[in-house]
Amino acid sequence: MVYRSQWLMLISGFFEPVFYLVGIGIGLNHLVGNLPVGGRVVSYATFVAPGMLATSAMNGAVIDSIFNTFFRLKISHAYDAVLSTPLDVTDVALGEVWWALSRAALYAASFIVCMVLLGDAGSAWVVLCWPAAILTSFAFSCVGLAVCTYMRSWQDFDVVNLVQLPLFLFSATFFPITLYPRWLGGVVTVSPLYQSAALLRGLALGQFEWIMTLRVAYLFAIAILGLAVATRRFRRILVP
Amino acid sequence: MASTVLFPIFFLASLGVGVGHLVSAHTGLVQGQTYLHFIAPTLLATTTMQMAEGESLFPVLAAVKWLRSYHAAAATPLEPEDIFIGKLSWVVTRAFATGVVYTIVIGSFGALQSWWSLILPLLAALIALAFAAPLVALAARSQSEGPFIVIYRFGFVPMFLFSATFYPVSSYPGYLRPLVQFVPLYHGVALARAAAFGEGSWGAIVCHLAFLVAMAFVGVTWGRRTMRRRFVD
Repeated sequence: MVYRSQWLMLISGFFEPVFYLVGIGIGLNHLVGNLPVGGRVVSYATFVAPGMLATSAMNGAVIDSIFNTFFRLKISHAYDAVLSTPLDVTDVALGEVWWALSRAALYAASFIVCMVLLGDAGSAWVVLCWPAAILTSFAFSCVGLAVCTYMRSWQDFDVVNLVQLPLFLFSATFFPITLYPRWLGGVVTVSPLYQSAALLRGLALGQFEWIMTLRVAYLFAIAILGLAVATRRFRRILVP
Repeated sequence: MASTVLFPIFFLASLGVGVGHLVSAHTGLVQGQTYLHFIAPTLLATTTMQMAEGESLFPVLAAVKWLRSYHAAAATPLEPEDIFIGKLSWVVTRAFATGVVYTIVIGSFGALQSWWSLILPLLAALIALAFAAPLVALAARSQSEGPFIVIYRFGFVPMFLFSATFYPVSSYPGYLRPLVQFVPLYHGVALARAAAFGEGSWGAIVCHLAFLVAMAFVGVTWGRRTMRRRFVD
């Protein structure tokens, strides 16, 4: 019984981003029309799809690494049990990230298939979005894990939402960054979700630029930093 | 509380102003409104639905199964129906308060064009009741939280996206348009627009209202019966 509902949860997770893709695609395509992206004119659905993929990677990673880890760390004390075995704190952190990534890889693959089926993929290079989406999940899982160790109660999750929501809405996911005034555009580039969305959009359309390596490096740097903080904090909380 | 105020502001600034910019460049006005004004009132309906859902599913299951706080309440002279009505009163009150905040935010973006806007908080309360009553009833008879995620993903997410929230019904292909009438949230969205802009035919408004009232009525009847069965037998 328990496993059946777990499977249902896993499978139903595929549909949520697809609903967004179809929902935004059908109607807003109509209202917004075509947009120029890097010298090519694409439909709004094609513009928005990589942003949606980045967002769903972020949301999935945050749920796995903050909500579920918090439950195991503070409520069910599953890690105390794990640590009584020869496993180390680093293994716990890496294990969480590993699980988040396997799930993310599944969802990202199904999302990309849907993009292709709906005709929202800009080019065949869209396959490269798969590793890039996994990298996005990696970065957000590591940061999420670090944030999770600072959570005191369920009330603190409101703060997480309060950070996640503006990231989602203002990371040039729904409209190009050029619409912002120049100084605000500078602020937006700090957002890891913007870097990820821009990377995914470039890959989906097959527009390769040297700045992509910077975006990848930025996401990697965030991941490593998050992981380092998380392991240190885990050690302080779990090892007396 | 901070999120109640900030959420609609973020949302309208991003989708309303940002995407609105793209819409006005391509389409111009949407049903005689700027895109920002077109989507602003719907936010009241969608948020109220999400709040009702958040208040009704997990907390109620926790109260009947995990924490058993409803059992504690049922051991006092309170009737099971009283607990149910008490729960709904809280959801409706919260929806009304949220409705007041949202009406102010929506108004500050300039989307309120009629005195009928003053009833928006009451509309929020009605939408909350229409969704919360059947959901509380459902949660009170559940044994596990498994189905909730499925309801959320196959019920609430599509409803949020396909209730003519972000674009008019006319954007749908012809065969889908009649189906929208069966989406409960659509009626809330339509009423919110009608109140904010002070437009729409009385016939349509009565139909939308009747749909929501019927949902609330069925939910309350079902919920009272479920609570009695769970706590008396």
